[in-house]
Amino acid sequence: MSHRAVTTERRSTKAVLILLTLVLMAVLLLMPLVVVFAEAFRRGLPAVLDAIVQPEAVSAILLSLLVAAISVPLNTVCGLAAAWCIGHFRFPGRGLLITLVELPFSVSPVISGLVWVLLFGANGWLGPVLDRAGLRIVFAMPGLVLATLFVTFPFVARTLIPLMQNQTAIEEEAAITLGASGWQTFWRVTLPNIRWGLLYGVLLCNARAMGEFGAVAVVSGHIRGQTMTMPLQVEALFNDYDWVGAFTIAALLSLLAVLTLGAKAALEWRIGTASGGLL
Amino acid sequence: MTVAVRRTALPGFAPTLGVTLAWLSLIVLIPLASLALRPWSLGLEGVWRSLTEPRVLAALRLSFGAASVAALVNVPLGLLVAWVMVRYRFPGRNVADALIDMPLALPTAVAGIALTALFAKNGWIGSLLAPLGIKVAYTPLGVLLAMVFVGLPFVVRTLEPVIMDLPADAEEAAATLGASRAQTWWRVILPALLPALLAGFAAALARGVGEYGSVIFIAGNMPMVSEIAPLLIVIRLEQLDYAGAAALALLMLLVSFCILLLLNLLQGRIGRQA
Repeated sequence: MSHRAVTTERRSTKAVLILLTLVLMAVLLLMPLVVVFAEAFRRGLPAVLDAIVQPEAVSAILLSLLVAAISVPLNTVCGLAAAWCIGHFRFPGRGLLITLVELPFSVSPVISGLVWVLLFGANGWLGPVLDRAGLRIVFAMPGLVLATLFVTFPFVARTLIPLMQNQTAIEEEAAITLGASGWQTFWRVTLPNIRWGLLYGVLLCNARAMGEFGAVAVVSGHIRGQTMTMPLQVEALFNDYDWVGAFTIAALLSLLAVLTLGAKAALEWRIGTASGGLL
Repeated sequence: MTVAVRRTALPGFAPTLGVTLAWLSLIVLIPLASLALRPWSLGLEGVWRSLTEPRVLAALRLSFGAASVAALVNVPLGLLVAWVMVRYRFPGRNVADALIDMPLALPTAVAGIALTALFAKNGWIGSLLAPLGIKVAYTPLGVLLAMVFVGLPFVVRTLEPVIMDLPADAEEAAATLGASRAQTWWRVILPALLPALLAGFAAALARGVGEYGSVIFIAGNMPMVSEIAPLLIVIRLEQLDYAGAAALALLMLLVSFCILLLLNLLQGRIGRQA
């Protein structure tokens, strides 16, 4: 009689479960990724290259990069500040503050865009004032940045709070006790300790900033060549039945997603924790 | 700083808290407050009328209904994936682990057109389903599919750490006392996982209700049939009906919040019993 561990499934059950999982993941998770590249390349490489150099596509790529270049650093600095005070100190209202910092994750993207239209849109609270001053926020670049700031607000703070809590506090206190200033401690002790976690948070923040659709769709106004980010350009081309064009830009965004997932796996290995999902 | 309760030599509490509160107010709290105030410019009766239009009710029913069903579908699927990923070792496991996060990493618009291409009548999967008379793209079934796609990682990632921490001795004890593996599953493992299953369900539900990008391409967006509530918010904004859009958004936020609170309470109660 062969010995079988009683605290696990039968060998055959195991094989079936693994097979089911792989089939499920192949159909639900892998095929959407594959179909993006297949559709982009269905008329060959020249069509893809042609779609990338279209003026509208170039402008969408540049705008997405610009919006990310503004919003990611802002939310990184603020995320660091939030992680410092939440991670290192205990104070009344700390739990509430954590909830509020994570709040944008549970708000629908459409609502994340809507709030800015309510503030700055033509019929919004400050709309008439802005109009008289000749300023435009909604249906222009500033609105895209504000909507992106809202949806990417939690990423850096959320990644860093657990790291600041566990890893660094003792070394930092030692540095301060030995006479280092607050800034010296931050640059020489904190930053080296959290650098991989910080990079991880920034990567997630950037991926969302460049990939956000719902929130920016609401504030963009869809002015071609002016307020179209890459995901919005994907929608416009798809609705024009320009499949190669739409899937080419989608392929660029998918590449970013794959790189982000790869970097996530590598960084998790570095940080040494399986920190779960992207959220 | 006198408010800090924990004694620490570290400086910087006041400035970092200040920056955090200022940025949080500017980017999140003030905008959300404007959402809470705006609907009432219609008056109470106006808000009621705007929220009880048949088209609104149909959209809410679809959004909350499809998101609930999708989250329910994701519970067994997520349990399967999480169990296999934590307990078994097999070739390709690392790649599979990275793939789980694909719906969170892939921009929603990309996911939307990809699912549409796959499940359209002439798509790779749609063409297999068409002879069976199953239409996915441009039907409420498409809405459900997109919500299953975006919700799966929430259930998996909520379950994984809990499965990892399941005490081996409980399973061993059950087996020693003569329980079959199925009995152990039903009487020992599932009850221990129930709070996490509920939490995963709640997270997937919340995500599905608010989901926009991955749904609108495959939904077909027929009013009264396959039009989700977030899309109706966008349509109202385009018609410059700001108050109506805000009313619908506020209702969605409140209902989602109540559902999450309820599930949270339920989860706490089950957790205490276990």
